[in-house]
Amino acid sequence: MGAKRKKSEGEELLNEGEKENDKNNENISKKMKKEILPSMIKNKEKRSAVHAKLKHQKKVEKRKKLKARDAAEKRALELGEEPPARMTPRTIENTREPDETVCRPDDDELFAGNDADEFSSILKQGCAPKILITTCRFNSSRGPAFISELLSVIPNSHYYKRGTYDLKKIIEYAKKKDFTSIIVVHTNRREPDALLIIGLPDGPTAHFKLSKLVLRKDIKNHGNPTGHIPELVLNNFATRLGHRVGRLIQSLFPQSPEFRGRRVVTFHNQRDFIFFRHHRCVPLEFISCYMWTILCSYLTSIMKAFCYYECRYIFETKESKGSDANGKKAKDAKSEKTSQQKVITRLQECGPRFTLKLVSLQHGTFDTKGGEFEWVHKPEMDTSRRRFFL
Amino acid sequence: MQHDEVIWQVIRHNHCSFMAKIETGKFCRNPYNVTGICNRSSCPLANSRYATIRDHDGVFYLYMKTIERAHQPNQLWERVKLPRNYEKALEIIDKNLMYWPKFLVHKTKQRLTKMTQMRIRMRKLALKTREKIMTTPRKEKKREARREEKAEKAAVLDKSIEKELLERLKKGVYGDIYNYPADKYNEILDKEQLAADDIEEDEEEAEIEFVEGYDDLEEEEDIEDFGGLAVNKSSLDDDDVGLDDNDDEETVAVDHKRVRRESSLALRKLGNDEGGTKPKKKARVLVEILMEDRRQSTESVRGVFASFRDCEQVHRQSQEFLLSLIDRVATC
Repeated sequence: MGAKRKKSEGEELLNEGEKENDKNNENISKKMKKEILPSMIKNKEKRSAVHAKLKHQKKVEKRKKLKARDAAEKRALELGEEPPARMTPRTIENTREPDETVCRPDDDELFAGNDADEFSSILKQGCAPKILITTCRFNSSRGPAFISELLSVIPNSHYYKRGTYDLKKIIEYAKKKDFTSIIVVHTNRREPDALLIIGLPDGPTAHFKLSKLVLRKDIKNHGNPTGHIPELVLNNFATRLGHRVGRLIQSLFPQSPEFRGRRVVTFHNQRDFIFFRHHRCVPLEFISCYMWTILCSYLTSIMKAFCYYECRYIFETKESKGSDANGKKAKDAKSEKTSQQKVITRLQECGPRFTLKLVSLQHGTFDTKGGEFEWVHKPEMDTSRRRFFL
Repeated sequence: MQHDEVIWQVIRHNHCSFMAKIETGKFCRNPYNVTGICNRSSCPLANSRYATIRDHDGVFYLYMKTIERAHQPNQLWERVKLPRNYEKALEIIDKNLMYWPKFLVHKTKQRLTKMTQMRIRMRKLALKTREKIMTTPRKEKKREARREEKAEKAAVLDKSIEKELLERLKKGVYGDIYNYPADKYNEILDKEQLAADDIEEDEEEAEIEFVEGYDDLEEEEDIEDFGGLAVNKSSLDDDDVGLDDNDDEETVAVDHKRVRRESSLALRKLGNDEGGTKPKKKARVLVEILMEDRRQSTESVRGVFASFRDCEQVHRQSQEFLLSLIDRVATC
């Protein structure tokens, strides 16, 4: 019922839109033609038929335009001229509401702020971060599994059972034992629901809502992470608030990544949702010699005799070298020389996958009653679809 | 004249709005009820002489009703404040309800006991922190889920991660760990013979600089993400990096690296010369060699795999093995 109603509303809106367009057309064309709009027809069958016809016309016009565009591009390429510039599609990121708190790279105030904030001691001087992971009072089902995976992702992290201690008491205890951050995994209805990251000694408290958790065992073809310190990728933290959150996340990881371990931990911010991914990566360089591919195929067929999980890692790279060579011979986009070399990275996912959304950021350690909140999410902030805060 | 019986008959058999019947029994919701059960002796409406204890903001009051005031409903209930002390409160109840029926006195005292216990417990709980459960409207939950899905689609995560890693590779953040594009490699090979020893020290310093500068680099990268500035230092960095790599290979006496370089040289020669003219012949030759070498290779490979679980080392050694084979192909 609701769907039908929406459809009729959409029709009406369309008709109204058509009305406006028609008015403009009339003004431009200067003809005294009287257009019969579908909305003026009282007979439902006739009205729907006219509307359908109009829609079909519009579709045909659009297709014609597209074909003309493609033909023009092709012609220009054949003639050797510059093809006409491609139009950029309108995306939500393109049309994001301008935010004055977006960080600019030439902002001195930002750097000064960075030096003076709570993370500078960890990020600059390189004191190793030490993380305490705990849960809410009742922990069940997926909680422990998620925590064990978190322990493997974040180096130098320790898990302590919650008991019935107050969070403030836990914070004092952690300060005594020289921890640099606390992560509290909150469970609701037997699923990890929220993440509380508290910086110590008097760092900010960030409360995230956790969703779409996929554990390692549920990922197909997952890899197992090694013990190397991972590399961090923080994408799209644009505003001041986002920058602060990004630094908070950065302070969880040691600042000396071991590139040989080839572990990448990504926090990608898109429209205020922070996506977490954990990969093992191999950038491959291959030369698309025909001989090379045959060599590879022979080698893999021989090496497959030794089934070993590390072999799997290598087989993948070799096979992909071969297959990718075949696949990418066609593309000329990135070819620098006639030997057609390209560097691609191949990622194997390991570790959990989840999304975070910032609910509140509080200055100082956890204190909901007396604390000063830097940012709190309110429902009235969701009214605009083009406004993002991170 | 006492109406109690009449009242009770009417209430009990017809309808009492304070009565709540559940499966375990009949309860009375009247706030003045002493026991809470719907009974002939516990009904405050059907008893003209009644006493109860009520609590207001943590202070207990003894309420009493007598038949003398039954015609003044405004002043029906007499209120006495009870002290905080439990024993003193009991004494006061005794004093006030001295000649009252035993049932009422007993039930009042029981009620006082229960309420003091509850008061103690509530105060203890108020000191502890408890989680407050907040509800979110369903509409918001659904909206968030929908937006999250769309955001995930808009963020083509794999591609963006790969792009970021490739940028870092081009900038030279990784140093000499990964392979290089061959054209740069060729350039460097030309320069290789020239200043090998001189650059050795510089190269080491360059490495150290790189390590220290990593923090800034990371931040810079983040900032680039913010402002969308693409810093095109690729050419410069590649040259530097190539130099580093080259010298690293020379100075650091690791056998497999040298082998790799030499064999990759050979490979390049092959690649440039042949260009895929005689693939089949090469393949056959390869097969023979591989079959011969199998026994040797198996042991070496097994040794490689079994000894050490580091992916990167294995990768490199397997590459070396691979390229050594190519070397042999080139020689014969």
